[in-house]
Formats: sequence, C-alpha cells, structure tokens
Amino acid sequence: MMPELLIANGRVIDPSQKMDRLTNVLIDNGKIAAYDVPLNGQPVEVIDATGKIVAPGLIDMHVHLREPGREEDETIATGTAAALAGGFTSIACIPNTEPPIDTQASVEFIQHQAARADNCNVYVVACVSKNREGKELAELGQLFQAGAVAVSDDGAPVFNAELMRRAFEYCLMFDKPILNHAEVRELTEGGVMHEGLVSLILGLPGMPAEAEDVMTGRDMALAAATGGRIHIMHVSSAGSVDIIRRARSRGVRVTTEVCPHHFTLTDECLRSFDSNFKMSPPLRSQKHVEACIAGLVDGTIEVICSDHAPHALEKKMRELDEAPFGIVGVETSLGLVVTRLIEPGILDWPTALAKMTTNPARILGISKGTLKIGADADLTIIDPKARWKVDPKRFRSKSKNTPFTGWELTGRVAATIVGGRTKYQAS
Amino acid sequence: MSTKLTQPAAARAVPGSSADWTVPAGWTRRHLLDLESLSAEELTIALDTAARFKLATADCSRKLPLLVGRTVANLFFENSTRTRTSFSLAARRLGADTVDFSSSGSSLSKGETVIDTAKNIEAMGVHCVIVRHRTPGTAQLLAHNLNAAVINAGDGAHEHPTQGLLDILSIRQRRGRIDGLTVALVGDIAHSRTARSNIWGLKKLGAHVIVCGPSTLVSRHWEQLGVEVAYDLDTILPRCDVLNLLRIQFERQSMRPFPSVREYALLYAMNSERMAKAKDDILIMAPGPINRGVEITPDVADGPHSVILEQVTNGLAVRMAILWLLLGQCA
Repeated sequence: MMPELLIANGRVIDPSQKMDRLTNVLIDNGKIAAYDVPLNGQPVEVIDATGKIVAPGLIDMHVHLREPGREEDETIATGTAAALAGGFTSIACIPNTEPPIDTQASVEFIQHQAARADNCNVYVVACVSKNREGKELAELGQLFQAGAVAVSDDGAPVFNAELMRRAFEYCLMFDKPILNHAEVRELTEGGVMHEGLVSLILGLPGMPAEAEDVMTGRDMALAAATGGRIHIMHVSSAGSVDIIRRARSRGVRVTTEVCPHHFTLTDECLRSFDSNFKMSPPLRSQKHVEACIAGLVDGTIEVICSDHAPHALEKKMRELDEAPFGIVGVETSLGLVVTRLIEPGILDWPTALAKMTTNPARILGISKGTLKIGADADLTIIDPKARWKVDPKRFRSKSKNTPFTGWELTGRVAATIVGGRTKYQAS
Repeated sequence: MSTKLTQPAAARAVPGSSADWTVPAGWTRRHLLDLESLSAEELTIALDTAARFKLATADCSRKLPLLVGRTVANLFFENSTRTRTSFSLAARRLGADTVDFSSSGSSLSKGETVIDTAKNIEAMGVHCVIVRHRTPGTAQLLAHNLNAAVINAGDGAHEHPTQGLLDILSIRQRRGRIDGLTVALVGDIAHSRTARSNIWGLKKLGAHVIVCGPSTLVSRHWEQLGVEVAYDLDTILPRCDVLNLLRIQFERQSMRPFPSVREYALLYAMNSERMAKAKDDILIMAPGPINRGVEITPDVADGPHSVILEQVTNGLAVRMAILWLLLGQCA
C-alpha cells in the first residue's frame, strides 16, 4: 500500500470535469481518492500547493526519444527524465528511430526501457509503413495489439496517396489516428528555412508554406473519403490552419497540434544563422505565427506539443545545410505556454491546460489527462508566477539544442507526480 | 577624388612612403561578412580606401608594407579562380604572408567540421581568414568561433561583399557617383550572392536598382527590398546606366528554372542588337566567370562599353583596402 498523499490548498484545474477551484486532493493507492479532504493531522504526506496550480499530469504527444539507434542524442531514460522536469507525466514517442518502430518487438522494447527508467508514462506511436519507407503498411494490427496508441511515419510523410488511403481505411478497424507530418518533399528539397523575404535576403533555400498546405489538403480529402482519423502534426502555416478549420466544420475527423516555437518565433531568427533555429516545419513569418495563435484561440488547434527533437552538440555545430532539423522542447514547453499564451491573456489556464492534458489523452485514447475520482494520480503542480531563466546546462535532456537559451520565462513546474509518486520536485 | 582619411599626429609612416596610413576613425569593424549591415559612411570609407590603394599601387611593381608580419589564410571550400588569386595578391602587396587552403585534399573529407578546420588553421598563427563556402552563414559561423578577422568571400547565395564593393567602385570610378544612377542586375538573381551585395551597397549609396531575369529566378518578393523587378530586358534597357550581367548558376539549381539555355540567351543575352537600344554611355559589367554566348556575346564582352577587366583590377584594390581596414589597426 502506498501512503496517502494530500495536495493541499492548490487551485485545481481539471478541464475534463470543468473544475477550477481551490481545494485539497487526496491521493490513495496511486489513484485520485477524494476532494475537499480537511487537513486534520491524519498520518498522510502533505504537499502544500498554496499559490500553485494543480493540473492533470501534462501530456506531450510528440517527443523524439531517439532510442534505439541514436543514443548520443537522447535515451529513453534521459528523455523521460527531461519530460518529468518539464512537468510531463505522459509522453508519446515518435517512431523515427534506427531501426524504426515498425514491429511488435520494437514497441515492446520501448515499453521495457521506459519501465526500467521508471520516470513518466511512455506511449508508443508506431510506423504507418514498414521501415518508414512509405511502400507497404506495417503490421498495424499487431502494433496496436502491442500497445501502440497511434501510427506515424513522421519526418518521412506518407507521400503515396494510395498507401495513405489504405492506412486510413485499415486503421478504422482499430479506431486509431494517423499522425502525419504534412510536407510535400518536392517543394522543400534542400530547404533549410521558411521560404519568404528572409530566406530571399539570406540566400538560404526555402521551404514554402504550401509544401505543408498541399499535403494537409490531401489528407483532409482522404480522411473525409474514408472516415479515417487524421492528426496533423506540428501545424505551422496559416493555410494549413485554415484547411483544418474548414475540414472540421464539414465533419472530417481531424485534430491538430502546434509547438511552442511555432507560436513564439519567426523566420527572422534565422538572420543569426544559428542552427538552433532550424527545424521542420520551419519557423515561419509573423502572419503564420498569428494564424497558429488564432487556431489555438478558436479551438482549431487542440493540442500543444513540443516536438522534442534532441541532437548532439556536434551535429548542430555545423553549417546550416549540414545541421539536422529540430530542437529540444519538453523542458521549455510549459514556460513558453505560460509566458506567450497565458500571461498575455491569449488563452486562460483551463483552455491552455486542456491542450496539454485532456485533449491529447482523448486523441490518443489513453485514460490520462483527468483528475476524476478513481483516475490514475498523475498530476502536475505548477508555480504560475515563478520567473526563471532558460539554462541548457540544467536540462536533464542529453541534448542542449534550444533556441531559448537565456530567455526569461514565467511559469514553472513545482512537482510532477506519476501514479501517486512524486517523481520530480523543483529545487 | 576626396578621401575621408584623417591624419592624426600619431599616424604611422610607411617606410619608403610619404603618405600616412591610419585606419579611418569611422571604421570599427573586425569582420566583413556582408554589405547589408554596412552604413553608407562605412561603404564610402571602403571605396575611398580602395581608390587610394589603386592609386598608390598603380605601377604594380610597388608594395605597400602595411601588413608585414600578418598572416592571411584563404579558406576556400568552393572553387574560385579570380577571388582567391585576388585576395592572395592583395595580401602580398601589403606585405602579409598568405596560406591557401582548399577543401580538396583537406581533412574535410575525413569528417572534420568547418569550425574545426578553421580553428586549426587559426592555431597556426593566422590573423585573418578569408572564407568561401557553399552555405549561407558560414562566414558568420566562423566569426563567432574564431578570434581572427573573417572576410566573407562568398557564402552560398547570401553575400559576396568584396564583389559588391568592387562593382560599385568600378561604377563610381567611371561615373564619379552612384547616387541617381539606374543599375540593372540581369540574370540569376535568386542564386546570386553578387546580386544581394550589390543591392545593399547600391541602394545605400542612392542608386535605383532593377533586378531583371526569368520570373523563376526573380520573384516579386525582391520589391520588398526597394528594388524594381522586371522581366523584359528590352523595356528597361533604355533607362539603364549600368548593366551587371550575372552568371546562371546551374550548380545551385535543383531543377532548371527555364526551358533551355538557348531560350535564356534569346531573352536575356546582351548582344549588339540590344546594345543599339541602350544609352550611349552604358557600362557593361559582369562578375565573372562569364559564359560567352549565354548572358553576353563576345562583341559586347570585349567591346568599348565593357568594364569587365577593370572590375578585376578594382577587385585587387578593394581587397587590399578591406584587409588593411580589418588588420591595419593592430599591425
């Protein structure tokens, strides 16, 4: 039996039950046991959450753990430790590893490594196609049986429309979503940044927003035709936000996510030629940033995820065209959401938290993201006013490739509780 | 031509020369990475200094030993004939030692990063690194990581600041001014670092700049830089004081941006028929290497309006000026 834990005096925000009030939460045997439990000297461990927000454990549904194959960038142990430090109690890991996660055995390998690390919960996103080659479907039924919560060929978008159509149809049997990285490769060949005025000035090969829009549009049509579920990953363009908004209003089963860097930074950052501003999709212009924010506000974009993409220092210390795409994100996500969305009044706390808890849980079909009585006691305690400075040296991630070094952020994790056990506490 | 060089009391005298050579107070830069960030004043200092060096070394036999004891390294990760030779000669005429590094036969093939390569060369006691690289931003990357002065000798399609300066110097020497002139850059604007450096420099000095070429290589976005975008060379030709004919950079194009070289030449090659429509005193320039018969026909390239070889001569003066402006303070 696990000792009882009482989280006292916090502002409990649980979007799944529309709860937002000051109360005490009792955790017993790894589950949410009761609310409004008085503090009366019972033999329980107490966490004083005065002035703090108590939320369902945060979920990041787009994390690259790199293991197996690229342990120099990240391992399942370091990536999940970083996730805890960022306030995440559950993450979904993306299968572009080496080898990719396209078999039952490899799904189970991740689950085993995650269990050994014993940090946060890890849900596996498996491949759509064998070896992520986009040629033939992976054994999706077995992947789902092994516990995969969704499928994606992220980074190598399913370019063959017929294969994508088949995947939609086949996944219907399992009611699982396909997560697609929308990018028409012919339009981005050799590109390192968003195509626009800045790329023109810098002479850097561009990746036009239309490369994202064209595939987003294709996926909407195929999802509509098949009734399949599509989740567009890391949306970044005004066109795609608009396409998704209209498709949803027609009843297409589409969801989407956005990363903090895409609502925070623009392609102007590339003027530094710093490879920590190189990601895919690329940082776009102000117009696109505003469209992403509008999508967050009107609910078109239901999920905020980090696209945590660790790369060892030596890989990023290269010329821009040699450096890989991507930045680490799990340890800065919450601070950026608070600083860029909540503090300026763009989103309120319940709405922002829903995009990091209830909504991703619903899309992935996992029984997380809620503080209902009887639910797993995964909680994140947030100090909403804490000011802190981003210092990559303090990251738990093995990689330090962040564009936010030195940024002053508001909002920080005070404690991360997984299954009733306090796994991370801010020092 | 008036120079803006000041002559403070402590000016160093060059042995064998009566002139005083002191780096102008208005020049404080340690690197030359682009022309975008240079002010009109800095551009003018660079041009005036180059003009002065051109005069001082007019008979080619004289050296100006202003940089004795300094070592300049050419780090060329892309092929180059005239730029590398020009920088080497410029350094030697100033009395500096030079060392050449090219990517073929280097450790780059062994997986060494460009930063490591540059740091190794610097560790041999190099004061200035001249870098050419296929990737925009590489000069900036080295400037961040080295103590040596860095000169960008062309980074991909981004900038080639000494080429921009020598083009502008060539115009100024022929016309006595830049302000009010109409200069057309013709050809592969999209992939041209020369175009970008020219645009920044010319605009700051008051010229009207036209970019002209196939619409796949000249997007409307250029208008946001304050330049005129044109697709029909024959229409703009009568207005132009200068034509700078840029080479089609096949090596930087993933897909050929026009149907055929023949069609390109038909639409944009400067030939004698087109010359007949131009102003009587038009200047024909090309950064080279030129593709005879593609962007320019031989009769025009070698004709009386061509200043192509003067550009090369001015290039030497510009590079002496930049080397001295960057290294002269502590020589």
